[in-house]
Amino acid sequence: MGAANTNGAGAEDSPWAPIIHDVLVRADVRQVSYVPDAGHTRLIRMCEETGTMRTVVLTTEEEGVALSAGAWLGGQRAVLLMQSSGVGNCVNMFSIIANCRAPFLTIVTMRGEYHEFNPWQVPMGSATEQAFEMMGVRTIRVNTLDELGDLMASAAAMAFNGDQAIALLLPQRLLGAKKWVK
Amino acid sequence: MGEVTNAAAPGTLHRRDAVARLLEDRGDLLVVTGLGSPTYDTFAAGDHPGNFYLWGAMGGAAMTGLGIALAQPERPVAVITGDGEQLMGLGALATIAVQKPANLSIVVLDNGHYGETGGQLSHSGAGVDLAQVARAVGIAEVLDVKAAGDLAAARNALHAKGAGPKVIVVRIVNEETSRALPTRDGGYLKDRFRAHLGFVPQ
Repeated sequence: MGAANTNGAGAEDSPWAPIIHDVLVRADVRQVSYVPDAGHTRLIRMCEETGTMRTVVLTTEEEGVALSAGAWLGGQRAVLLMQSSGVGNCVNMFSIIANCRAPFLTIVTMRGEYHEFNPWQVPMGSATEQAFEMMGVRTIRVNTLDELGDLMASAAAMAFNGDQAIALLLPQRLLGAKKWVK
Repeated sequence: MGEVTNAAAPGTLHRRDAVARLLEDRGDLLVVTGLGSPTYDTFAAGDHPGNFYLWGAMGGAAMTGLGIALAQPERPVAVITGDGEQLMGLGALATIAVQKPANLSIVVLDNGHYGETGGQLSHSGAGVDLAQVARAVGIAEVLDVKAAGDLAAARNALHAKGAGPKVIVVRIVNEETSRALPTRDGGYLKDRFRAHLGFVPQ
């Protein structure tokens, strides 16, 4: 293509990453699975550098749903980091969470909205909330950095103390739209 | 039924016998089963609070096992699943190879067919060799169990802490067995499994 891309959200200055990481540490989350996403770059790195956390790179997002269920069965807490395009890959696997009434927490970087350049991100990005909700996963959309810490703490508490399935959605407007450079 | 079983390696072992042998003297083994016959085979070998039976979430058995294995590094963990279920989660073998859990074994009961859905030929029946796939992605130890005499070593491998994860492909006959159905209540099975590990329902 000849078009490189950079993503402000993936830069080391993603100010939201330490806020989420802090909640994950305090919630004693031990298994952090992910399919790489530029937006999650800093958070993934912070988790890799956290001694109490095991990071697990996945080939597809649904693996992380099953991993989270297994972690809980074994007595640990897990989180799945993914991009909105990956949510559709998870749909049937959510049946393990629903049937077991197991905690589930995922942090989703949104694509397909707000200055989206790539139309291929739009179909799944537009259906992300419905895909979660039709499978019993509650969604929490973060609109400003100011409310992130409170909403993230609430998401972790509802998941791990309330046995709920919770997706925290980080909108593209909050992350910064992906920048494409020729 | 029963003509061609597995083009790569026609199976001769009987699934109920093989699973019962693998779970002999199971000690502190934790077990996750893939949906369909592996769930029934494992239940038929004897119910146990350290068994977690999947009735769905196809493709998720191995990753559920990985989550348990990482959380319980001192306990041996066995996933017992079928060729069709593992084929749906083939990428999980790569993920597990990268994580290298020393206490995790994936047992694939391979009859080359989708037994639960009418006996259609599976990819392994058509020549995809799951043992070779496991080797190719870097699984540390791969056992290809073709004869009853291999089962004792396979049983011991489930309990041995090796260099990394194991994949044990058990070549079984494509045959019908009587139904042996554990409860389908996932919430109950989860709470029972966690209680077995000392975690009380919250």
